Amino acid sequence: MSKFKILEKEMVVPNIYKFVVHAPEIAEKSKPGQFVIFIPDEEGERVPFTISDWDRDEGTITAFIQELGVSTMKLAQMKMGDHLEGVVGPLGIVPEIKNYGTVFVGGGCYGIGAVYPLAHALKEAGNRVITVIEARSNYLFYNVENLEKVSDALMLATSDGSSGNTGKVHSILEELGEKVDKAFFMGCNFMLMMCSQATREHNIDTEVSLNALMVDGTGMCGCCRVTVGGETKYACVDGPWFNGHEVDWDELFKRNSQYVMDEAMAFHHFSIGCRQDEEQGRVEKSTSKKE
Amino acid sequence: MKIPRHKMPEQPPAARARNFNEVPLGYDAETAKMEAERCIQCKNPQCVTGCPVNVQIPEFIKLIREGDAPAAAKKIKETNALPAVCGRVCPQEVQCEGKCVLGKKGEPVAIGRLERYAADCERGECKVEIPKLAPSTGKKIAVIGSGPSGLCLAGDLALLGHEVTIYEALHKAGGVLVYGIPEFRLPKFIVESEVRYLIDMGVKLELNAVIGTAITIDDLFNKYKYDAIYIGVGAGLPKFMNMEGENLCGVYSANEYLTRANLMKAYDHPNYDTPIMRGRKVAVVGGGNVAMDCLRTAMRLGAERVYSVYRRAMEQMPARNEEIHHAEEEGIEFHLLRNPVKILRDDNGWVRGMEILKMELGEPDDSGRRRPVPIPGSEYEIEVDTVIIGIGADANPLLTGTIPDLKLNKWGYIEALEDGKTSVEGIWAGGDIVTGAATVIQAAGAGKTAAKSIHEYLTNKGDWPKVPAEEASE
Ligand SMILES: Cc1cc2nc3c(=O)[nH]c(=O)nc-3n(C[C@H](O)[C@H](O)[C@H](O)COP(=O)(O)OP(=O)(O)OC[C@H]3O[C@@H](n4cnc5c(N)ncnc54)[C@H](O)[C@@H]3O)c2cc1C
Ligand SMILES: Cc1cc2nc3c(=O)[nH]c(=O)nc-3n(C[C@H](O)[C@H](O)[C@H](O)COP(=O)(O)OP(=O)(O)OC[C@H]3O[C@@H](n4cnc5c(N)ncnc54)[C@H](O)[C@@H]3O)c2cc1C
Ligand code: SF4
Ligand code: SF4
Ligand code: FES
Repeated sequence: MSKFKILEKEMVVPNIYKFVVHAPEIAEKSKPGQFVIFIPDEEGERVPFTISDWDRDEGTITAFIQELGVSTMKLAQMKMGDHLEGVVGPLGIVPEIKNYGTVFVGGGCYGIGAVYPLAHALKEAGNRVITVIEARSNYLFYNVENLEKVSDALMLATSDGSSGNTGKVHSILEELGEKVDKAFFMGCNFMLMMCSQATREHNIDTEVSLNALMVDGTGMCGCCRVTVGGETKYACVDGPWFNGHEVDWDELFKRNSQYVMDEAMAFHHFSIGCRQDEEQGRVEKSTSKKE
Repeated sequence: MKIPRHKMPEQPPAARARNFNEVPLGYDAETAKMEAERCIQCKNPQCVTGCPVNVQIPEFIKLIREGDAPAAAKKIKETNALPAVCGRVCPQEVQCEGKCVLGKKGEPVAIGRLERYAADCERGECKVEIPKLAPSTGKKIAVIGSGPSGLCLAGDLALLGHEVTIYEALHKAGGVLVYGIPEFRLPKFIVESEVRYLIDMGVKLELNAVIGTAITIDDLFNKYKYDAIYIGVGAGLPKFMNMEGENLCGVYSANEYLTRANLMKAYDHPNYDTPIMRGRKVAVVGGGNVAMDCLRTAMRLGAERVYSVYRRAMEQMPARNEEIHHAEEEGIEFHLLRNPVKILRDDNGWVRGMEILKMELGEPDDSGRRRPVPIPGSEYEIEVDTVIIGIGADANPLLTGTIPDLKLNKWGYIEALEDGKTSVEGIWAGGDIVTGAATVIQAAGAGKTAAKSIHEYLTNKGDWPKVPAEEASE
């Protein structure tokens, strides 16, 4: 089978897609918390995604991809059987997996899918695993059965209360009333920051998987630099896992917004392109009907 | 009567400063012949000693004179597999042309331009032939990195009948030739055709393969059964200056800036998805080829003012003369004997300027160049919105850090003997990861030497020497 073929692609909830991609060497070496870089096509960016599961026998890796801008939109439009231009990995360090006692694993947006291998490994290492995932509403949860299997307790937090637990990961953490020895979080940077603030008050050691902008993912360009504990680190090779209490969040938000204008322009450009394609398609269809 | 050195036609500065097409346009047949006539065919040609791989210069020039450019290209390729590249990017003034006898009293023969001409003709006339390969030896070699060093080595070993696979971390092959050196200096189709040539020779290419992560050195030896490994991973770790403000929005390493612009084709955003900042006032720190490439790229991306900030004097810039000259013509403003102290921040976390300190030249340092000394109290501010740190690169530990027995020097570069042998039996290394940032032809030459050594080792396995050698380790 040729490499980087999309074997499975499905929208699991609105805006989040599950991808299963053929990448045997990567599947062979994947560890919890690591990521890959996808290159959608010849014109594409190099975009990081967490390895959210793998099957060494089948030679596949899984990623949950949230549609945000051009690159993720392109991916969302790809079909089963298509090939990605490239997949690179596994990249990044693996957070230390050991028996901490009770661990708290929190996930939001793509993190709901991405925390699974980590929760699994922590469970296998003998921890009591409390997993909390957040979404706006109950219908936005996915991957729940998998998380149930590897969690001693699984809680679903929703902004609208439709799951029974109203709030976010960090508010659940506040109300937990159970001693937690270590916390891991995956999701958007804002969520990571809120969660880190919550654990700081309870003196819980916290590791977060930072979303930094990346290009090569191998330490070659320095695009992904973040300040942690007053030192410059490269998120791709020194991370993406860092102590959430030491991250300079303000700088991270600023750096991640560097290209908003360009992204908006690209989005516009790309969506107009799409519309033209669609119209073309419609014209072709209507002409073929006539024949 | 003395004939002056022939100029190569170029795009006019005003036009080229806003496009990414190649700047020098190359000799036509007639000019090339006339330039070739200038060579006096020295019996003891000094030019050859100036070339790191000893290209047979008078011989190839003679073939151009006789009107057989493709044969000239073949002559060059006996020692240098990448003439179209080297003709364009070698710092000829300190290598071959620097030694040409004609240079003593006038101008040297334009060896680089003739080399480029020969190679371009060979390719243009489709005279590139796949040489006959030696019968298969059944030996397998893994090459890590597809920069000039790895490419040259792969070609030589394939020719000798070995089975060669190149592993490249990025999604395109060529190393710095594709991610660093811009299109306007080295069109990418030239690198592509060099890579295609190797593939036609039977060399396998695995892109998107970061060795040390998915595939380890152990896997290469034990799982994939390679008989020898060559490490040619270059010096891919950007250097910063550790000054205040380097993480502000609008600050790039040269590697990031050039990778976005070249490899990812950000200059064609949004047709290509990767964006790049199109600064209005851009400062580039450094004085080498890397810095020149950033300066000229910034200009092409539409900047109004582009400043070169360099702590020594113009004569001391390590960049090729031609690049400095082109940069000047294109309107780059040189701030020499200046060193940045810090990058200034606006209220939103973006660059608004740079504080700069004036320098003066003091006593000569180890490199023999007069050392720049700061003039106390001479700080002043310039207004810029983009800063690019182009002061070079260090060794990237991503791969070397995964091989415990591999001896590195204190800067993280691999300790290797002249022929590329490292402290681990079966592993050779060469190019920038051994020497530190150097030149294309030196990296290519190291690949060539190592290819010979690998071939010898694979055909009659001798003892593996101790690395670092006693005297070399001093
Ligand atoms: C180590 C690592 C692992 C990651 N794992 C995953 C994963 O498993 N699944 C996944 O979907 N994403 C993941 N991401 C984030 C993903 O890389 C980005 O969402 C992606 O680059 C967006 O590209 P785009 O071109 O579609 O959007 P862009 O055009 O780059 O962005 C569109 C808009 O979304 C905003 N934006 C970009 N990234 C994020 C973000 N992470 N959160 C919120 N807003 C953002 C931008 O500021 C912009 O306004 C990961 C990032 C890193 C660094
Ligand atoms: C911007 C710039 C301009 C330059 N201009 C000139 C010039 O005009 N003239 C000149 O002579 N020299 C120039 N140089 C220097 C010259 O390009 C280098 O000396 C030369 O390219 C070094 O070749 P190399 O084969 O050692 O490595 P590189 O060209 O650096 O290639 C190494 C390759 O290995 C890959 N790699 C790294 N790690 C791994 C891994 N773990 N697994 C797989 N692959 C890996 C990298 O992605 C890269 O493609 C310039 C350099 C730069 C950066
Ligand atoms: S390879 Fe470079 S140094 Fe050697 S002859 Fe050619 S241009 Fe000159
Ligand atoms: S030194 Fe100059 S003149 Fe003499 S052979 Fe070399 S190129 Fe020709
Ligand atoms: S993404 Fe280039 S160094 Fe991290």
